[in-house]
Amino acid sequence: MANRIPRVPVREQDPARRATNFEEVCYGYNLDEATLEASRCLNCKNPRCVAACPVGVRIPEFIDALHRGDLPAAAAVIARDSSLPSICGRVCPQETQCEGSCVLGIKGEPVAIGKLERFVGDWKLAQKPAAADLPPRNGRRVAVVGSGPAGLACASDLAKMGYEVKIFEALHKVGGVLVYGIPEFRLPKETIVAREIDEVRRSGVEIETDVIVGRTLTVDSLLDEEGYDAVFIGSGAGLPRFMGIPGENLNGVVSANEFLTRANLMRAYDEEYDTPIYVGKRVVVVGGGNVAMDAVRTARRLGAEATIVYRRSEKELPARAEEVHHAKEEGIRFRMLTNPVEILGTDDGWVRGMRCVEMELGEPDQSGRRSPVEKPGSEFDIECDVAIMALGTSPNPLLAATTPGLATDRRGCITADAAGATAREGVFAGGDAVTGAATVILAMGAGRTAAKAIDEYIRGKFAK
Amino acid sequence: MYPILEKRCLAEGIWLMKILAPRVAASALPGQFVIVRADERGERIPLTVADFDAKAGSVTIVTQAIGVSTRKICALEVGEALADFAGPLGHPSEFVRLSPEELRGRRYIFIGGGVGTAPVYPQVKWLHEHGIEVDVIIGAKNKEMLIYAEEMRAVAKNLYIATDDGSEGFKGLVTQLLEKLIAEGRRYDECIAIGPMIMMKFVALTTKKYDLKTTVSLNALMVDGTGMCGACRVSVGGRTRFTCVDGPEFDAHEVDFDEAMRRQGMYRSQEQRAAAIAAERAAGHQCRIGLDK
Repeated sequence: MANRIPRVPVREQDPARRATNFEEVCYGYNLDEATLEASRCLNCKNPRCVAACPVGVRIPEFIDALHRGDLPAAAAVIARDSSLPSICGRVCPQETQCEGSCVLGIKGEPVAIGKLERFVGDWKLAQKPAAADLPPRNGRRVAVVGSGPAGLACASDLAKMGYEVKIFEALHKVGGVLVYGIPEFRLPKETIVAREIDEVRRSGVEIETDVIVGRTLTVDSLLDEEGYDAVFIGSGAGLPRFMGIPGENLNGVVSANEFLTRANLMRAYDEEYDTPIYVGKRVVVVGGGNVAMDAVRTARRLGAEATIVYRRSEKELPARAEEVHHAKEEGIRFRMLTNPVEILGTDDGWVRGMRCVEMELGEPDQSGRRSPVEKPGSEFDIECDVAIMALGTSPNPLLAATTPGLATDRRGCITADAAGATAREGVFAGGDAVTGAATVILAMGAGRTAAKAIDEYIRGKFAK
Repeated sequence: MYPILEKRCLAEGIWLMKILAPRVAASALPGQFVIVRADERGERIPLTVADFDAKAGSVTIVTQAIGVSTRKICALEVGEALADFAGPLGHPSEFVRLSPEELRGRRYIFIGGGVGTAPVYPQVKWLHEHGIEVDVIIGAKNKEMLIYAEEMRAVAKNLYIATDDGSEGFKGLVTQLLEKLIAEGRRYDECIAIGPMIMMKFVALTTKKYDLKTTVSLNALMVDGTGMCGACRVSVGGRTRFTCVDGPEFDAHEVDFDEAMRRQGMYRSQEQRAAAIAAERAAGHQCRIGLDK
């Protein structure tokens, strides 16, 4: 092992072509490429990549199996810690997690762990599903609120332990942020997300859509009337933030959530679907996270000239490095150290531009990032007809407001301990609903941790 | 899927549908809305609940066929089903939370305009069932477009009708009729108005003169209806609120109606284009531009 070869490049769709379609950007490795890339792993004794993975996937172990050509073994190693490898391989910020701590990265390029995980995950999805080997049902029932990464992971683990599990999803489609937030060109819905969800269903999980827990049902009615022994809340962080600057309610100002939901969940970019989307000619997206990149690249694909406006410098962009790189290749403009102070409108109330100020970086704040400070007298205008606000999201207050005894912090996040237990007996929570907007892998990890805690809780409660 | 149990034409282009949706029916209260999707390619359309029957598990909606999506909903027949019917969403009307003591003796005047008359009905019915008798004004373009008159008469103390052309009841606008009632000595503690945005704006301006507390139910554009998108932003008392989770009912004297009306038109050009395409398809036209080269 441990070839001294450079990182195997991954095949991607040509930037000029992909900027006009919604097909996946990255084609991923084939078996030869994956095997070759796997040969670069040093199989470290103390693997720093495993320590840097939020769920501790045994990375050198699966890469070793892959290198030996034993794909079933590689898939089995990943499955012990991650239930969504095809998804995490595509959307995890590997450069700050596993790949960011790969020893090879010190002098050269780290092992392409994400691409290898994706390869193994996709291989697994392409196999004929084995007949579900379900343990006997133990007679206990758990309700899961939300079908995003946290809910799916929690539900599938509990089902595999023998629980009767039902997921309640508010939207008409299953997958949460995987279907409404992350675009098709980054995470294919039919070939990847739908199949991972089929896997969860095969493990015995039932899913009911169009149920808004907090309105259609409540956590209390699930426990008291519908006979569930425990509830897991994985309702995510779906509430968009706005800046509170003048002009934000003009026609043409939308949240990234709205823009992406129209495009992804409602497929507004497809003429055969009824939901409209307003793109305009020049789009400015405010923000520097993955959601901002998703929105700006979606706008580009819909034919707009698209620009990112971000108040810090490029180094501080919270988005995955790969997304920033792809966005640049696709012709997205980046205006760093720029902050909007007002959205400018036409007489009839449509966006015509954005008044911005230049920023400079001051002292590091609590997060360790240097906080941007406005340069006096630096005001200038950017012309645009659509402004998309990608400033982050917070948890929907509906569940906390309708569930007596559930505590929240000042950001509206549900308070839960490390195992996911909330202040309310029998009610567990995890993922973005607890942490605020974070990553798919953290949510999945929280869902799995909570599944263990729920199992212990129910066993303890009903132990004779 | 949510089966259509009953369908009735109330006036030209206005359809009543009773939908089998037991979970929604069991939780719905006056003032709340549902999100409806006709089929797998459909738009999520918010519709205020027009009636509900927890025992039968049914919810009634009234839809005016205006755009592509509402036409699609209205084209479905009994025996067919809606792809999605999610709710109830939003807060119930304020009076639902009042105690019997607080409600007793409270004088309400309801104003329903056009298709907005339908969601007034469950509110008046709820108050009637709780022993509160209220006055109701229904406004319509003409006698033919008048809806819910009989149903409303059964639950209202006094029903007044206004038509633009005088073909039924008072000739004129609901605001003129309201001023007439007040001039005749009727007194109210609260007005609740549901109808076209422009009607609600003028009701608000009228009642302001009389310092009459007024509530309106806003029909803003929405995508998810659960607080995720913010398409339904509305300025209320200078603050941005989400109609879906903070409303849909707001203090009429605080609502920026001009902004709300402008925002309703955000997707008008796309909708018109979609309607034109749908009409051409219905007529069997195949676009051939660019195919003759």
